[in-house]
Amino acid sequence: MHSLRKLATAVAAALALAPVSVLAQDAAPVKIGVVAFLSGAAASPFGVPARNAAELVIELMNAGKAPAPYDTKGFGGSKIETVIIDESGGTTTQVTEFRNLVQRHNVDLVIGYISSSSCVGIAPVAEELKMLTNFFDCGTPRIFEDASYKYVFRTSPTSTMDSVGAALYLKDAKPKMKSIAGINQNYAWGQDSWVDFEASMKQLMPKIEVKMSQMPKLFAGQYNAEISTLLGSKADAIHSSFWDGDLEALILQAAPRGLFKKSTGVLTTGETAMYKLAKQIPDGTILGARGPFGPYAPDNAYNRWLVKEFQERYLVPPTYPSYQMAQAIMGVKLAWEKAQAANGGKRPSKEQVAAALENSTFEGPGGTVKMAIGKGHQAIMETAYGMSKVVGGKMTVTKVKRYPAEMVNPPEGVKSADWIKGGFKK
Amino acid sequence: MRLDTNRDRTLPILGAVLLAVIVFGPLLPKWALFLLTIAIAKGLVSLGLMLQLRAGLVSFGQALYYCIGGYTAGSLGRYFNISDMLLQMICGAFAAVFVALILGLLLARYRGIFYGLLSMALSMILYGLLAKSESLGSTDGINILPSTVFGIRPSQEWLRYVVIVTGCSVAVFATALVHRYLKTPLGRLAPAIKDNEIRVEYMGASVRQAIYVKYVIAAALSGIGGALAATAVGHIDPDMAYWTTSGEFIFITILAGTRSVAAPFLGAMIFEIIRTVAFDISPNTWQMTLGISLLLVIVFLPEGLWSLFGRRKAG
Repeated sequence: MHSLRKLATAVAAALALAPVSVLAQDAAPVKIGVVAFLSGAAASPFGVPARNAAELVIELMNAGKAPAPYDTKGFGGSKIETVIIDESGGTTTQVTEFRNLVQRHNVDLVIGYISSSSCVGIAPVAEELKMLTNFFDCGTPRIFEDASYKYVFRTSPTSTMDSVGAALYLKDAKPKMKSIAGINQNYAWGQDSWVDFEASMKQLMPKIEVKMSQMPKLFAGQYNAEISTLLGSKADAIHSSFWDGDLEALILQAAPRGLFKKSTGVLTTGETAMYKLAKQIPDGTILGARGPFGPYAPDNAYNRWLVKEFQERYLVPPTYPSYQMAQAIMGVKLAWEKAQAANGGKRPSKEQVAAALENSTFEGPGGTVKMAIGKGHQAIMETAYGMSKVVGGKMTVTKVKRYPAEMVNPPEGVKSADWIKGGFKK
Repeated sequence: MRLDTNRDRTLPILGAVLLAVIVFGPLLPKWALFLLTIAIAKGLVSLGLMLQLRAGLVSFGQALYYCIGGYTAGSLGRYFNISDMLLQMICGAFAAVFVALILGLLLARYRGIFYGLLSMALSMILYGLLAKSESLGSTDGINILPSTVFGIRPSQEWLRYVVIVTGCSVAVFATALVHRYLKTPLGRLAPAIKDNEIRVEYMGASVRQAIYVKYVIAAALSGIGGALAATAVGHIDPDMAYWTTSGEFIFITILAGTRSVAAPFLGAMIFEIIRTVAFDISPNTWQMTLGISLLLVIVFLPEGLWSLFGRRKAG
């Protein structure tokens, strides 16, 4: 009796498992390496929201629960598996771990990298190893301006767009303004952001007076001396690309001294702090979200889907790194499936997926993403800026203005810096 | 000291390691070749630290010369279109020595925490300068040309192998020289300086001179290491001079112990292996795994990993 039941169970199990294993053979999983900061200062504002978005979106895609045309299971029917890696430890460590992802874990593609130095370091290695790699967040325009790649993509816009968009909005919002000043962190991101913003302002308002540029060191934490000098400069607007801890410290220390009441604050990554510091950000502060993300995201099916699912699982709304990660996965999924269809339904090669992603256009939670520059490897998107306004104790944005992608991004083959200096020629 | 025993097998061991790399290199997976190359580069810097540690000095700024080596290699490619990795390593060493000859005059006067903090301050100055230099890519750094050897660019298939064999040859040669140096009277002074400086002076030797020489040799080794890391990674950034990078080298040196010139390389290899395994199994807490392994080594092997190999001194 006992052995009979055992036999029956075994047979049943074998029958149940058989179709699964046949299916599994048909569609070997697609292995994605996901790299984002999981430790250090950039983890909580960027890395963790991005990783959360990756886990959420991939899980929903595996279940076939994403809105069309992303509703096929996994990537073209193949289940998605992930290998998640921390981005900390410096470029040498990152290059080592990238090689490990490719040659030890045999991933099919890599989506990741928040720090621009990681991206600059990884790009040639990805090319050497012929590994399809999509940068989802890093900002420097140098990557596709200084070199061209076959296997490397970036489905998020560059930091140039943030600075140009901020300058356009400031001009529209305060046409009578006479002077600007800046406070930015003294490292590549802060330097580039200020250089682009200053050059754009000089193009848009040739008579503008640049009072000063403060460059405190990264993670300084204390800005009282800088706030004093900025107050003394009496500039009409103050630009800052500070993020996370530094941004919060600046807002908190500026609030009692009324810096952003006396001068209009232009906070290009202000979105990441707006809900937390609703009381300290004066109404009328210009807030950016590095593109049409978060409060500036269009009301489309993908955005509603991402916000609902993200809020449900993590109890907070998605911020721009989550949007960027989601659209990075969506863009690659679409290219993968296009390549698979062109390949007669068989699993596409990396070269075929790369060819499909090149110059492609797709819709995501932030609206239309066009892989239009960098020989079809660099995305452009529209951008939006608005002003803070507390309504009933809740932070919102008002006077939102949108700028089309071609207006805030250089055309193909033109370097960002030259494009700004040349007067934004299309 | 183990180094002073008559049956010294260090040189044959170094030769055997180089031979092993040449013979077994093609059989190893490529990611392992790269990991080992980085371990060799870091091992060279740690060897420099070990020289100082034997005299009781801890430099918290050895990354200064690692960075100088890296940026020298990078500049050769950027401004002179030179991508030969041998030339890069030689120039890296010379640039580091040049700076060390000047800074050493100052540092050789200090001991203990002052030595450590002054060396760290100097390396952070370089970090600050590089972070401000936009032509060198600021904190994003710059890419450097793919490595060549004697004007030949190896195919993609063999590139990693050629890089590790070249790097390993240079490292073995440099390490053998250091080993020779440690057998000279000046080299043997280190433990004596650590124990009692006044007595060393009383014997007629100049402590400051001995430390100066060690400092310069350490810089040369770090310069080579920096250039090797730069050409292998293909990218340099100011983080190479940041104090956490120096901390990593101290970590490796303590992990390895000071008993043999080969110890830092073993330490660097173990360090890289622990780190990459920790990255795999606990992406959120890999730093903790590293910390715990160092603690375990300090508690159970106070003289470092190398004490597992060497025989205990009689008596």
